[in-house]
Amino acid sequence: MSFWKKHKKVETNVTLLTVLSLVVVSVGGLVEIAPLFYLESTIEKVQGMRPYTPLELAGRQIYIREGCYTCHSQMVRPMRDEEERYGHFSLAAESMYDHPFQWGSKRTGPDLARVGGRYSDEWHVQHLADPREVVPESIMPAYGFLADRHLHYDHAASHLEANAAVGVPYTAEMIASATLDVLSQARPDSDLADVDALIERYGDNVQARAFDGDPTDVTEMDALVAYLQMLGTLVDFSTYDPLAAENLR
Amino acid sequence: MRDQMNNAVKLFALGAAAVLAAVAAGRGHDELYSFHMIVFAAAAIIMFIRYLTGAAKPAVPEGEFDASLIKAGVVMTTIWGVVGFLVGVIVALQLAFPEFNPIPPWTGFGRLRPLHTSAVIFAFGGTALITTSFYVVQRTCRAALISNEAGWFVFLGYQLVILLAATGYVLGGTQGREYAEPVWYVDLWLTIVWVVYLLVFMGTIMKRKEPHIYVANWFYLAFIITIAMLHVVNNLAVPASIFSSESYSLFAGVQDALTQWWYGHNAVGFFLTAGFLGMMYYFIPKQAERPVYSYRLSIVHFWSLIFLYIWAGPHHLHYTALPDWAQTLGMVFSVMLWMPSWGGMINGLMTLSGAWDKLRTDPIIRMMVAAVAFYGMSTFEGPLMSIKAVNSLSHYTDWTIGHVHSGALGWVGMITFGAVYYLTPILWGRSRLYSLKLVNTHFWLATLGIVLYAASMWVSGIMQGLMWRETNELGFLVNSFAETVDAMHPFYIIRALGGVLYLAGGIVMAFNVFQTIRGRLREEGGSAPAPAGTVAAE
Repeated sequence: MSFWKKHKKVETNVTLLTVLSLVVVSVGGLVEIAPLFYLESTIEKVQGMRPYTPLELAGRQIYIREGCYTCHSQMVRPMRDEEERYGHFSLAAESMYDHPFQWGSKRTGPDLARVGGRYSDEWHVQHLADPREVVPESIMPAYGFLADRHLHYDHAASHLEANAAVGVPYTAEMIASATLDVLSQARPDSDLADVDALIERYGDNVQARAFDGDPTDVTEMDALVAYLQMLGTLVDFSTYDPLAAENLR
Repeated sequence: MRDQMNNAVKLFALGAAAVLAAVAAGRGHDELYSFHMIVFAAAAIIMFIRYLTGAAKPAVPEGEFDASLIKAGVVMTTIWGVVGFLVGVIVALQLAFPEFNPIPPWTGFGRLRPLHTSAVIFAFGGTALITTSFYVVQRTCRAALISNEAGWFVFLGYQLVILLAATGYVLGGTQGREYAEPVWYVDLWLTIVWVVYLLVFMGTIMKRKEPHIYVANWFYLAFIITIAMLHVVNNLAVPASIFSSESYSLFAGVQDALTQWWYGHNAVGFFLTAGFLGMMYYFIPKQAERPVYSYRLSIVHFWSLIFLYIWAGPHHLHYTALPDWAQTLGMVFSVMLWMPSWGGMINGLMTLSGAWDKLRTDPIIRMMVAAVAFYGMSTFEGPLMSIKAVNSLSHYTDWTIGHVHSGALGWVGMITFGAVYYLTPILWGRSRLYSLKLVNTHFWLATLGIVLYAASMWVSGIMQGLMWRETNELGFLVNSFAETVDAMHPFYIIRALGGVLYLAGGIVMAFNVFQTIRGRLREEGGSAPAPAGTVAAE
């Protein structure tokens, strides 16, 4: 029986057509995606990665809410000009706690993977409020309203719990102190704040200050700037050797 | 008796849904969630009242062809097209003139861009696919939908998805995954709608009176099942609370990235390609009054297309932290994909064998042929851009945006316009469209718009890529990022102008369709097919 005759069976049986199609379209994804979960070389071994603090996580959610990823990538490619412009190329390990990833696909604005610590808080606040005052050529929308909006963080613990459920190593203590940690990081001078406990939980590289310049209130601007200021600063590159055998992928 | 039972079950389900949604609205953690639950409750109450008063009774008995469903689909496709193009023009203007943001924060680029992409892909394209698939499957199987009521559920349920997604974006609800932005409960609702869609489509094929399943239906079927698979896997997430619109994806970082682009590229491959190929395989032979060029080519092209497309996702992640082996696999399969794509193009174009003269006399055929030509062009450009060396320049630039639009405006848009122009007079029982001259006007507005769009984005994209990597003799970067943004300005204006032309074409179509529905016929001396002798003499 020729191939075309055999194919006639498929053309006259919708169940067969459906099942065969499903099998055929499943192969590629299985071969490409599934190994990423068990090949140990997929994510480099690095030092310094930690989960986001509750304030940074809230800032990240604002970054997503405003669609920043539609114009900014967070993925420096290993090319001379990109390393010159943005810094060390991005590692898979640097987004291992990112649910979802925010690598982006378009650079209408510059890459933000290593923007943390590059500019002052004041620069960020001013730039977000009126981008063209700081960078005349900029075509970014203004986000001044973030400074006027109080950050709602009553449910911070449930956000950490959801992250823990998908594999981010938040401890029970981190979850229990989530709302306190938001306050401690954005209003370290407040009577209720406990910055030492925050650093105890998340590590020395946590930055705690009034990011929007206003110590009286925790705003969405605080959260977003806190997030931007830690981007790309976690991994200790003094102990990372890109040419080590375990890091060649 | 059984009908009454059925009705009681539906009333109970709708009533329960309305109460649950209202309770959830009261407990929402954020305003968006509460607002969406009120929309759910309102939709359930409206349907409850319609079932209670008997207004939901279908226009025709089950087992008969329900034209009103297809009519509603054609009207909504036209409306969503104009809306989607309009939002596109607005975001294009925002890139050219950044101060243009009438109501901050709602109308900033970051929130409107997903609104634009979803409005054209899912509202315009999705409604067109559901509508034409329901029409084509009934015609080619010589059978009515297995259930008209379920067909209406799919259509209206899908419109509700669009409403929830669109209001979500402007109010700040997004998952931050390109082309999969709707929040988690909208994803769940779409899953229900889509499963019913698959059942209606398969069920209708099962009760067909034709021995063969026509080739258009293979493509529609592959589109429905693959989108189901992609949608479910890519949207796996844990909500912050069942009373919150926010959620966190199940996968993180590199695994999440490849899952997303496995989805993202196959939204192109199956939503925007396989589904619309189904449209091509029905409407081009119909309008040209010629059989499909090659039956064997359609078999080879179908299986190779659906097998190869799924592998191409990693080409969106070249030179990223995705392991090299996956990038290379993605590139190789993307290049191979060129062949089945052109197989489909050849099958579509060659269907006009012996009817090429219609290109001169029939503007609808001209539109369909242009669509297939744009399909061929963008499926050549795509494999080219998936080659790593090319991608190192093109990635992150406007070249990608131009490429997407030559496919979306050229292929998806034009073939859909052709189908709408074909269906309107048939469904409303008119002898022809209100005006064929206006179809011609639409054709040229759209074509010119695409040319301006694609050309300006090629120039700006390649220039952008070159400016970013330019170094002087001492090895320092020549251009600051801000300087490269400044250099884009003239091209963003040309692009916006291209978009305005394309939008104008859409409005012309809407007017033409509206007039045809009203039963108007425009007196057009030159538009009637000329006698054969005069054509030959020209």
